Amino acid sequence: MVQTAENNNPVITITNLCKAFGKNRVLDNFSITLDQKENVVVLGRSGSGKSVLIKCIIGLLAPDSGSINVLGEEILTMDHDTLDKMRVRIGFLFQSNALYDSMTVRQNLEFPMRRHWIEISQKEAEDRVKEVLENVGLAHTIDMMPSELSGGMQKRIALARTLILKPDIILYDEPTAGLDPVTGKEISNLIKQVRETYNTSSIIISHDMKCVKATADRIGVLINGQCYAQGSYADLAASNDKNVNQFFE
Amino acid sequence: MEIPKAGKVFLTEAGALSRFTGWFFHEAFRPRYEWREFIRQCFMIGFKSLPLVALTGFIMGLVLTMQLRPTLVDYGVEARIPAMVALSIVREIGPVITALIFAGKIGSGIGAELGSMRVTEQIDAMEVSGTNPYKYLVVTRVAAATVMLPLLVIMSDAISLYGGYLGVNISAITSFDLYITQVFDTLHFSDLLPAFIKTFFFGFAVGLVGCYKGYNSSKGTEGVGRSANSAVVLSSLAVFIIDLLAVQITDILGIN
Ligand SMILES: Nc1ncnc2c1ncn2[C@@H]1O[C@H](COP(=O)(O)OP(=O)(O)OP(=O)(O)O)[C@@H](O)[C@H]1O
Ligand SMILES: [Mg+2]
Repeated sequence: MVQTAENNNPVITITNLCKAFGKNRVLDNFSITLDQKENVVVLGRSGSGKSVLIKCIIGLLAPDSGSINVLGEEILTMDHDTLDKMRVRIGFLFQSNALYDSMTVRQNLEFPMRRHWIEISQKEAEDRVKEVLENVGLAHTIDMMPSELSGGMQKRIALARTLILKPDIILYDEPTAGLDPVTGKEISNLIKQVRETYNTSSIIISHDMKCVKATADRIGVLINGQCYAQGSYADLAASNDKNVNQFFE
Repeated sequence: MEIPKAGKVFLTEAGALSRFTGWFFHEAFRPRYEWREFIRQCFMIGFKSLPLVALTGFIMGLVLTMQLRPTLVDYGVEARIPAMVALSIVREIGPVITALIFAGKIGSGIGAELGSMRVTEQIDAMEVSGTNPYKYLVVTRVAAATVMLPLLVIMSDAISLYGGYLGVNISAITSFDLYITQVFDTLHFSDLLPAFIKTFFFGFAVGLVGCYKGYNSSKGTEGVGRSANSAVVLSSLAVFIIDLLAVQITDILGIN
């Protein structure tokens, strides 16, 4: 059985994670933890392996070595069925939204529920779709196609789709990338609001410092495949280290 | 021995395609089956190709007849036109042309669709939503293409023969009954069966190559375009190669 993490127990513990593509050593002994109801931001330059890191957490990529413990269970040695059950509890917001463009918003939201064999009645499913759409402020788009929505709206629908399974953990891959500052701010606020409404713990990948400042309880800086520095926004902004400082200028 | 670079690329690609095919047979016969998506794909792949296939089939029959006529008149075997047309359409032109049209429409469609799903991470999103994307996307499309192309070819053959009838009628009035009688007198079971069987392989090849190219699309919109394009090229080539093999096999088996 999956055990629920206690208050001070980390919900995710990553230890010495390594992942290389050929000679390109993307992650090199990376370690970080995520506590209950915490928002941890992983900061890093483009191409530093941030997406690779969270894809390892959800089992889309297999790391070469290390360990990823999520809600008390080891992801790397999990069989496929257990991993599928675990994925119900982990929401993933893709960098490119990944909305199914052949389906309406409603079908997009129903897809994870239907495919994970969540046992709820038609009525309940309907209500859940409406509920998450209201929470992201887009109830009127229910019968639209993703292509009819703006980038910011698509991002929110994608967030709604991750929320629909009521996950314990949400992994955000650059939630504000490609959005204007105002929409970016709205998304940042939404992330904070989601934590309050759904009681989630989150790892947020970003290099948008406004979003980082708004959402982060703690920041880990990913440099050369390692967690180079950790601390609160204020701590790191005051750091003298050039590698850390460059993000805050 | 040193293998030249182009040869290496070819061998790597061939290896990857074979693995992809093996994966298809591995996944296709294990539950859970994606019936709903399969039916939907049959509709998308088969039904939506109907108008195009019907139109090209009709033109093919008409034009073939009109082109054949002068030569056959020269040889004084005008009366054999229906027989000639029937044989060439049913045995070769119908299946191959339809398969090529199918490769152009469906092969590129699948390549572009799966390619853009790969690039925009929709395939990853399916995977984390408790879905085996290979089963859901690839197996259903390949199976639908395999089942639908033979049906399209049968329909195209029939329409071509009707086009042929109109072609005959342009210069000499012939009764439809007579035309049809002549057509079916010429056609034997041994003409129909190999032609019918090879269309399954055509459909399978087009579906599989389209999926292979799309599923392994490289990042970026340019990658999607490349997938769609090479899906058409490779699947058209595959149609000809299968056709070549089919004629050899029927030859060896003596059903000619
Ligand atoms: N499937 C893959 N095969 C080979 N190399 C890969 C693969 N995925 C990622 N990489 C490599 O890993 C490195 C990190 O990629 P990643 O996508 O994690 O970057 P990122 O930190 O998310 O950057 P961005 O901010 O641009 O999204 C890159 O050098 C990339 O080329
Ligand atoms: Mg990324």
